Amino acid sequence: MEARATDDSLIFARPASRLSSVTRAIIAFTGSDRRAMMGGMLLVLYILVALMGPGISPYDLNAPDLDVRMQAPSWAHWLGTDRIGRDVLTRIIAGSQLSLQVAAGAVIMALILGAPLGALGSYVGGAIDSLVQRVMEGLMAFPSLVLALALVALAGPSVIMLWFAIAFSSIPRYARLVRSGVLTQKEREYVDAARAMGQSPMRILVRQILPHIMAPIAVQLTLDFARAISVEASLSYLGLGLSVPYISWGTMIRDAQDFLEVAPWLAIFPGLTLAGVILAFTLVGDALRDRLDPRMRRSLSRRLA
Amino acid sequence: MLIRYAAMRLVQLIPMVLVVTMVVFFVMMIVPGDPVMVMLGAVDGAQVPQQVYDAMRVRLGLDQPLIVQYLNWLSNLLQGDLGTSITYRTSALEVILQRLVPTIYLMVGGLVIAVIVAVPAGVLAAIHNSTKWDHLATGFVVVGISVPTFWLALVAILIFAVYLGWLPSIGYTRPQEDFVGFLRHLALPMSVVALNIAATVLRFQRQDFLEQMHQDYVRTARAKGLSETLVLWKHVLRNSLITTFTVVGLQMAYLSGLITIVESVFNYPGIGYLLLNSIRTRDFIVVQGVVLFMVFLVIVVNLMVDILYTVLDPRIRYG
Repeated sequence: MEARATDDSLIFARPASRLSSVTRAIIAFTGSDRRAMMGGMLLVLYILVALMGPGISPYDLNAPDLDVRMQAPSWAHWLGTDRIGRDVLTRIIAGSQLSLQVAAGAVIMALILGAPLGALGSYVGGAIDSLVQRVMEGLMAFPSLVLALALVALAGPSVIMLWFAIAFSSIPRYARLVRSGVLTQKEREYVDAARAMGQSPMRILVRQILPHIMAPIAVQLTLDFARAISVEASLSYLGLGLSVPYISWGTMIRDAQDFLEVAPWLAIFPGLTLAGVILAFTLVGDALRDRLDPRMRRSLSRRLA
Repeated sequence: MLIRYAAMRLVQLIPMVLVVTMVVFFVMMIVPGDPVMVMLGAVDGAQVPQQVYDAMRVRLGLDQPLIVQYLNWLSNLLQGDLGTSITYRTSALEVILQRLVPTIYLMVGGLVIAVIVAVPAGVLAAIHNSTKWDHLATGFVVVGISVPTFWLALVAILIFAVYLGWLPSIGYTRPQEDFVGFLRHLALPMSVVALNIAATVLRFQRQDFLEQMHQDYVRTARAKGLSETLVLWKHVLRNSLITTFTVVGLQMAYLSGLITIVESVFNYPGIGYLLLNSIRTRDFIVVQGVVLFMVFLVIVVNLMVDILYTVLDPRIRYG
């Protein structure tokens, strides 16, 4: 609500201050919403752990220790050890790095490929717009996991290929978001003003319109992050992800399934971690959307009235 | 009118189908290795007489320009020819159709259970908004969306097959051979599919029902003196089911990915399992066939939903 009230006064403000007002709103809002706070805390924990890496553990990531094979969780090995005595917690920490790297790359790639397509269509209009739209509709018909699976299987797994394979089916979502955003913003006065000042279309798009449509894009990025983490783990579980020296939670669970009966912790802890991280992104994304979706806001205020 | 509308929607699908087939066609171009050698079944580095090589190249149409290759491929496709499987040496379509029946049991069974559970649960959550019951339902949705399918399937195996020993962990039995065995094999994979879909259906059902409850027609119905039960469970639910229906249609793309994973965990011999096996044996013709088959399934189901939508909701005019 606050952001909307100050909208007009921000017409000629520097976009940087608008962006930081979004950031400030996010911070204020995580404090007021329990879901968002819980998700946000998990999310920060995940990113911190991924940044610090397996070096924070006293155990070696890969060296086998045959004296402590398949041990249940204990004070020495909090989450147990695997079939050649490696510490499960240490490997889970290492797995967070791969999942963060793959998911972050995938959502950024989807945004970078999708947003310009949407902007192009809405700004140019006409035949190009409808061509872009038809292509996007076609891409949306692909089951995202199946397409990612086929792409990685055909081209062979690499970090960049995973980015592309996971990003591919998200491209239309960003194209659509940006397209509809630009179409509504294009008619606003501040765009006329910028045009009158002689700014180029590119500049207007990036510096004037983009900051105004950042909110729905941020929601989409958060929710896609959850999806990307899940797809990476699923591909690895199916044996199509990155192999050694990369450590993926999906691969850990795949390796663990032969020992379900004797060492269930091998499958349970990586899975719980995975679910927790996906939950964190989903909670934050949902809470953000509830806050930013005008339809939702209307029904809320009606209920309050 | 309805037929005209259906025909119009079909025509609108043409560009979409073109895009989809082009993507699949060009994705196949990135397959590493020489397709001629792959089709000849030659191992890496094997020597093949030039004549044999050239003959296969012509037979595959690879001497033609790319656009001609695409059009030939597309026209074969439209005639139901997905190519010849490299491993099975028979028509890829036949291979796929043979595996389709178990998948249909899994998909339809999962969808039906999901709807039966999630629709009443979503309505109850909306009616008892912000109560313990609503929080429970919302919690189920959040967990259902966050827990990765393959892990959920493994946990299900761990609990119901390993610890309790109630159900077989993997495999499939044909219903005509042993119906009880069929149900026992189907139970776990179907529950995993149902749980996943139910989370999404419940979420939208609850949301839509909440919005519908504040519409004018509800006030009118109440003003007419109808009982609250009748208003909510007949009038509101009826309108809200249309949304649910659309959501289920939109889940088709997701469902294809879901069954691929579920079939893989449970060694369930459907088309998802076939897809993964074909990837392992590098039978790209079948991989391509299954992907196309799944995409067309998505398109057809969405078309049907679109058309049925106009039947269910007379307010929507046929364009």
